[in-house]
Amino acid sequence: MLAASSVEMRKVNKYYGKFQALKDIDLSIPPGKVTCLIGPSGSGKSTLLRCINFLEEYDSGEVRIDGQLIGYDAPNKKMSGRRLREMRRSIGMVFQQFNLWPHMTARENVAEGLIRVRRISKADADRRASEALAKVGLADKSASHPSRLSGGQQQRVAIARAIAMEPKLMLFDEPTSALDPELVGEVLSVMRTLAGEGMTMVVVTHEMGFAAHVADQVGFMEKGELVSVASPDRILHRPEDARIQSFLRTYHERNSF
Amino acid sequence: MFSLAVFFQSFGPLFWAARYTLLISVLGIGLGIVIGTLICAARLSPYPPLRRFAAVWVSFLRGVPLLVQLLVFYYALPVIGLDVPAMVAAVVTVGICASAYISEIWRGAIAALPKGQAEAAVAIGMTPVDVWTRVILPQAVTLSLPALINELILLVKASSLVSVVGILEITRASQAQAATTFRPLEVYIAAACIYLLINLCLAALGRYLEHRTAV
Ligand SMILES: Nc1ncnc2c1ncn2[C@@H]1O[C@H](COP(=O)(O)OP(=O)(O)O)[C@@H](O)[C@H]1O
Ligand SMILES: [Mg+2]
Repeated sequence: MLAASSVEMRKVNKYYGKFQALKDIDLSIPPGKVTCLIGPSGSGKSTLLRCINFLEEYDSGEVRIDGQLIGYDAPNKKMSGRRLREMRRSIGMVFQQFNLWPHMTARENVAEGLIRVRRISKADADRRASEALAKVGLADKSASHPSRLSGGQQQRVAIARAIAMEPKLMLFDEPTSALDPELVGEVLSVMRTLAGEGMTMVVVTHEMGFAAHVADQVGFMEKGELVSVASPDRILHRPEDARIQSFLRTYHERNSF
Repeated sequence: MFSLAVFFQSFGPLFWAARYTLLISVLGIGLGIVIGTLICAARLSPYPPLRRFAAVWVSFLRGVPLLVQLLVFYYALPVIGLDVPAMVAAVVTVGICASAYISEIWRGAIAALPKGQAEAAVAIGMTPVDVWTRVILPQAVTLSLPALINELILLVKASSLVSVVGILEITRASQAQAATTFRPLEVYIAAACIYLLINLCLAALGRYLEHRTAV
């Protein structure tokens, strides 16, 4: 079993200028569980996710990883860059646009963090990178540059890059939204394996099937608010809130033909 | 009548003069890259005074013709008690002038990189230095190569202006040659050929580098 982190968000607020992107977010993410975030575009899902590794700076409230406040030592006192980097080391992130480094091969992409951040020797890093690539089914692509890979393969390399760092928490921001439909499955299946190993995962997604079958809890966001967090069944099949019903209706209309 | 003999005889002295043209362009672009990188760093720094200084530097040097910069620099230095050789004045002026353009070339290349490139590095805990040296700059350099080669070609041509401070580079050497042979057409066509040859070589070098760094 992996060591898995928990996340506690308390009264988190985030402003872009005058615009409030997150409103008093309270969310508990238990260790080893999968939390999916759904909601209309622009509702603040990415912003919430990015506050967890402080890629986005929240303005008030608390985000704690295993009880440790991230980003601040105290209210209004920023954490040192060094401490923040230490905390980020055990949080993996996967982006909608993959964000692989195009000047490096798949293996170099995965080994980079091991060498630069974990200070592992190049030989060991290469070996671990190869293992991580094998785990996502890309052992034979380790010498390829990202431009030679399909979207699904690129996203799997990005997942390998994150898991090679041995994180205790993984954040996914719409990992399949940029993929052609036939490539979605291979990425979701890697994520399902990871969930099965007991990784704590927070996944922003429009894949309702994944949310229904893999998530332990689903959060619905709208206009910067976390409207409701509950079991997938409660949110996806028996929603009480009218906003969730309307969102799901739109979703089903768009996905049926 | 066009004299082929004069035309071919001109090449010897003009090739000899071309070493100044090349020296000034190559040292100029080298100095321009060093200063331009610093100016670009200042421009992107979080410190408003540095950013303003860099912005003024760029707009001033881009706004004044190189010829005027050369004359000002060459005649201003002795006034403040510095007696520098013409060659040094030329390289420094050309380098400073190029730095303004090169700073903008870097800035454009860096701005063209998707934000996610740096974010992916930050998210796994890389230091700012590593983010720059491992992720941003290698890609920015590749992206800027065509523009940098273009800048070097412009400098080779612009270096003809340093003849005003007495350096016997290709243009000035061909003027001298034309005056002694009384065959300006042959001499100047020979000079044109040499400039063209240099710049075709540079363009080929550029294509080679681009090809090598392509991913
Ligand atoms: N850097 C930014 N500057 C200003 N507004 C932003 C920025 N990032 C996001 N926003 C705004 O915040 C809101 C939430 O954005 P986001 O978290 O990306 O939504 P989602 O991921 O749910 O689509 C949107 O209205 C968006 O326009
Ligand atoms: Mg988003």
